[in-house]
Amino acid sequence: MLRRLLLLALLASPLPLAAQDRTITVASTTSTEQSGLFGHILPIFTRETGITVRVVALGTGQALDVGRRGDADVVFVHDRVAEQRFVAEGHGVARQHVMFNDFVIVGPEAEPAGIAGSRDTAAALKRIAESRAPFISRGDRSGTHAAELRLWQQAGVDPLAGRGAWYREIGQGMGPTLNTAAAQGAYAMTDRGTWLSFRNRQGLRVVVEGDVRLFNQYGVMLVNPQRHPHVKQADGQRFIDWIVSRAGQAAIAGYRINGEQLFFPNAAQPEPVS
Amino acid sequence: MYDLQAAVTQAIGLVAAGDPTLAQIVLLSLRVSLTAVLLAALVGLPLGALLAVARFPGRGAVVAFLNALMGLPPVVAGLLIYLLLSRAGPLGSLGLLFTPTAMVIAQAVLVAPILAALTRQVLEGMWEEYAEQLRSFGAGPARAVPTLLWDGRFALLTVLLAGFGRASAEVGAVMIVGGNIEGFTRVMTTAIALETSKGDLPLALALGLVLMAIVLAVNALAQGLRERGLRLA
Amino acid sequence: MRAPDAILPLRAEGLGFRAGGVAVLQDVSFTLAAGPPTLILGPNGAGKSVLLRLLHGLLAPSAGRVAWDGPAPDPRRHQAMVFQRPVLLRRSVLANLRYPLFLAGLDRAEQDARAAEALALVGLEALADRPARRLSGGEQQRLALARAAALRPEVLFLDEPCASLDPAATGAVEQIIQALAARGTKLVMTTHDLAQARRLAGEIAFLHRGRLLEHGPAARFFASPETGEAAAFLRGELIW
Repeated sequence: MLRRLLLLALLASPLPLAAQDRTITVASTTSTEQSGLFGHILPIFTRETGITVRVVALGTGQALDVGRRGDADVVFVHDRVAEQRFVAEGHGVARQHVMFNDFVIVGPEAEPAGIAGSRDTAAALKRIAESRAPFISRGDRSGTHAAELRLWQQAGVDPLAGRGAWYREIGQGMGPTLNTAAAQGAYAMTDRGTWLSFRNRQGLRVVVEGDVRLFNQYGVMLVNPQRHPHVKQADGQRFIDWIVSRAGQAAIAGYRINGEQLFFPNAAQPEPVS
Repeated sequence: MYDLQAAVTQAIGLVAAGDPTLAQIVLLSLRVSLTAVLLAALVGLPLGALLAVARFPGRGAVVAFLNALMGLPPVVAGLLIYLLLSRAGPLGSLGLLFTPTAMVIAQAVLVAPILAALTRQVLEGMWEEYAEQLRSFGAGPARAVPTLLWDGRFALLTVLLAGFGRASAEVGAVMIVGGNIEGFTRVMTTAIALETSKGDLPLALALGLVLMAIVLAVNALAQGLRERGLRLA
Repeated sequence: MRAPDAILPLRAEGLGFRAGGVAVLQDVSFTLAAGPPTLILGPNGAGKSVLLRLLHGLLAPSAGRVAWDGPAPDPRRHQAMVFQRPVLLRRSVLANLRYPLFLAGLDRAEQDARAAEALALVGLEALADRPARRLSGGEQQRLALARAAALRPEVLFLDEPCASLDPAATGAVEQIIQALAARGTKLVMTTHDLAQARRLAGEIAFLHRGRLLEHGPAARFFASPETGEAAAFLRGELIW
């Protein structure tokens, strides 16, 4: 009987031991994966090229780490400063702008800081700090977290002073951050894509949007094949070339939730953000 | 509660519809966890049996170490395997990171100490009973190991189940070394974590209910085998 | 004497055994030759079981030695032991019989032949496929005897084989023991049951408080014990 069980386990285990040839691994961010963008554009890419893409979705910082260790072929993230450092240090090559989306600040029904409808992020953040209204931060070195910290700086507020009181870092992804904000009746900053596909809103709603400072630029780059010889250079480059091509950009623009476009392709244009 | 009701409805709907994505995730979960338990058993059962029969200096320390390893947090095991399998790590050239094989390895590492420690506990009592008789037959500890494993097979089924439970329920290790890649390394637990983080709590709960049903089915199967076996031997 | 694979005679020279600082056996010396059963008699705690285990090699003596003076090169292969509480494997009756034969290196056909013979000896043919541990106490002890007998040992050690059995089961076990003795197997058996000793013994070794007080033909021992302790034991006075 035991033998039969073992046999069952054996039969069930013809695991693919190595990756197939035409497969690349892309280290990307939770926002792109969870918004459903990849589910929309990757089948189109695979149909056109025969290349399968495996997406490992992490925070931007972690995704860059994965690239740095050579565990991915392509990195597709949204933290320009960190990306430029990544390329400058020789970990990545052929960086390109791909698209942008925007961040929004969401807050509870009760709105203790009274900032609903504002288009001035700096002023809104200052109000949150002054009223000591709870704010949930990713606190996970992600691109969103980096962007949030830059916005606090521009507002002239040091949120870390409110650490443990109204400023709460949870060290997790976008979804858990929104879950926490919803549960605690707190403010949070999120990318619009994750927000639109987020279900567990409870009383949470968008309170600040449309500020040019909330734009969020995505970049794509190849992991340096000179440093990591196993990197699938040709197929990785093919992915980069495609996503900035007319076809790839159109695929990005075509992704909508409830008729709302989430990502705005801008590979060919100058960036909207500094 | 609204969410729970929605989850149950959704779980039944998912299973009834024979959703191919769900089926693939379930099959991969079973494949990874069963293979991991099998591999861990190949190491853990003989090791546990050997510890049950062998007496050597430092045995107490080895037993204590094994018992401590039972509590190894999956995330830590995952991180260790990640660092080993990463391209920058010692086994990087195998290219196993973010593959189901990496997940099997991580779960096997988690489960093997559990199997070894529990096997030792189960077989130690049996060895106390058998020791004199086996020595009278001229069988030393090396010979006793397969004898105890065979005679304890039905009790060890429970040990294997404990290992399978641990493997199929853990999320930390497979998330790190598998990467939760859709259609490739996404298993029940990482899918549940993903849906939770997307705020789709009913779907996450529904997947959880399916996972529980599978674990329950495997347990029932093993329990049936055990009872039949105990009647026969 | 069965040459050249005989292991007897067995010689105990100044055997002593200490456990936890207590002397369980002291300076026990005797010689056992082929022949009728030797019964080791003595009150509880006299050291009977320990002596048996020393002779069989399950325990190492603290002093003295056990020597097999026969020509057989590997004495261990020609002896077997049955314990007070039979230790049966969690397998069928037949598998229990085969196990030591397999360890002894016999091929499958020989294993089966010997198992069948042993089952017939103890009258358990009908139960061959039963789980061994589901048998009654008496059946279990008969199986343990069959398993030992299948090894065709020259010497068979029996440690209080009937101590946990009812009278009917005891009778069945004694019958088997006598059949084995008649076949030429040298039996060395402990008991604290005087009546049983009278029924089975060819010679008696009388142990008291870890010392061998008497060793000689059973008839002489029962008729005229040489020591006061043995006499008291025979009168049923010496409990300890």
